[in-house]
Amino acid sequence: MSEADTLLYLDGVTVTFDGFRALNALSLYLEKGEMRAVIGPNGAGKTTMMDVITGRTRPDTGTVQFGVDTDLTKLDEPAIAALGIGRKFQKPTVFEPHTVWDNILLALAGDRRPRFSLWAKETADEKRRIESVLETVRLQEFRDKRGGDLSHGQKQWLEIGMLLAQEPQLLLVDEPVAGMTDAETEQTAELLREINKTRSVVVVEHDMAFVRALDVKVTVLHEGSVLSDGSIDHVSADPKVIEVYLGR
Amino acid sequence: MKLDRTAWLTLGLTFGVPLCLALLNQSTALSSALHVPTYVIALAGKYLCFAMLALAVDLVWGFAGILSLGHAAFFALGGYAMGMYLMRQIGTRGVYGNPMLPDFMVFLGWKELPWYWHGFEWFGFACFMVVLVPGILALVFGYLAFRSRVTGVYLSIITQALTYALLLAFFRNDMGFGGNNGMTDFKDILGFSVQADSTRSALLVISAMFLCGQYLVARYVVRSRFGKVLIAVRDTESRTRFLGYRPESYKLVVWVLSAIMAGIGGALYVPQVGIINPSEFAPANSIEAVIWVAVGGRGTLSGAILGAVIVNFGKTWFTGVLPEYWLYALGALFIFVTLCLPKGVMGLFGRRTA
Repeated sequence: MSEADTLLYLDGVTVTFDGFRALNALSLYLEKGEMRAVIGPNGAGKTTMMDVITGRTRPDTGTVQFGVDTDLTKLDEPAIAALGIGRKFQKPTVFEPHTVWDNILLALAGDRRPRFSLWAKETADEKRRIESVLETVRLQEFRDKRGGDLSHGQKQWLEIGMLLAQEPQLLLVDEPVAGMTDAETEQTAELLREINKTRSVVVVEHDMAFVRALDVKVTVLHEGSVLSDGSIDHVSADPKVIEVYLGR
Repeated sequence: MKLDRTAWLTLGLTFGVPLCLALLNQSTALSSALHVPTYVIALAGKYLCFAMLALAVDLVWGFAGILSLGHAAFFALGGYAMGMYLMRQIGTRGVYGNPMLPDFMVFLGWKELPWYWHGFEWFGFACFMVVLVPGILALVFGYLAFRSRVTGVYLSIITQALTYALLLAFFRNDMGFGGNNGMTDFKDILGFSVQADSTRSALLVISAMFLCGQYLVARYVVRSRFGKVLIAVRDTESRTRFLGYRPESYKLVVWVLSAIMAGIGGALYVPQVGIINPSEFAPANSIEAVIWVAVGGRGTLSGAILGAVIVNFGKTWFTGVLPEYWLYALGALFIFVTLCLPKGVMGLFGRRTA
């Protein structure tokens, strides 16, 4: 793997909360265009890892690099979002009073400053981009529905749609299928594979059937560092993994 | 910008009713059954100024989730700026007849006008200060508070501290704003006597025009894409950050706009009530303004105007009948609205959007 192909590079990242090591010298590399599933028991550091990448938490030590030379530890959340890293939360977080259409509109890549948004008018180009996102996440017929009135699964898709509208290079997706029906889970896996055609994705998930359905490289976290990685069959057979996670 | 029925109704009533009152006051004889007495004109003018304060509070509380318990400070600062102009207009007609110094300065033995009083003899300069002073204070306060991500109840507490600090500062004679007594005994504004019926009627109509203008500005802001981001910040601030928005800049813009709106309300208030003193900074005033908005319906704009008028009308009536019990009645009203009308009076009409 040459350096130019690395999209995300974490090396020796340590985060401590009141003496508890949430991340312990975590190292992880993600290539351009790759989809990676991250699994691990509760408290393994999955969400903290996302927080570090998106600028919510500053690591005590370690390198967090995006692309060739962008140091993410120096930037805050809006700046990192503007670089092209989108994040989906564990609990679906959409703008409930706004329509599905407006939710996507606010997420569309573009000028984020008040001086722009005060005078902004919806352009034909924006309309076209919103239509295309709605089509991808299959919410066309719900465009005028309030975000708060959607079902749980629809909210998850709307949030994924908002991520797509940001046109990120990298999507971080935290437990996208928690609370979904089997049919919704299947559709979500399909949606993520579709997204992965043009963008890199990191999925944190508990649902092993879903991870298997994604059929991508898996990283197992335990106590804040990488325990094992490889294909799902490889990590499932790893005795260390069986001991801490799968075997219980 | 297209106006819906609520907006037309709000504008029609906000402008129409004061206009009718003013016309009836001016064009009918004192003996006529249709005559509107001048004290009603003065009261109505006061209500409209309070409605501007309410609108300002609703803009930040209803749409950005900033519960300001210190908005009366901006109102009072606008009022003081106008009061300084009115003081300078008194000239030699004061008790001491000093052409330069207001009475309270002569009384304190001051020989010279303080530097910050210069310019206030010009109406245009005073109007500029009405906007600038609350605007600058809001800019500095908001920049520090929002940048440090102070939110929720902590922000409410420091807004309360802000107005209390100003209350104490303006009480001091050394500040040069009339201390405890504030400023009063105004004679004229732009050459018209502030006591004259015609001036009062004109001020009422001008207040109505400003209130309508503020309503339209606020309505434009909350319905623009900016307003949509603001509502998103109100409900899910962290989500907006991960989308690349800077909530602090959005809050700062709306906070400064709101402070300016409150300041204009205060500036129109002072010539109509004839006095401005530090009690306008009292924390209770800001809390009352929040109650007006809650009663009318938070996040509706029209409701803020309605709430300010209803509660203040109630206050005028109640303090006439049972003056000692007004605060109890106000407290009870707040509890009643919170429990039974969470969307305020506007909620009764089944509309929540601005």
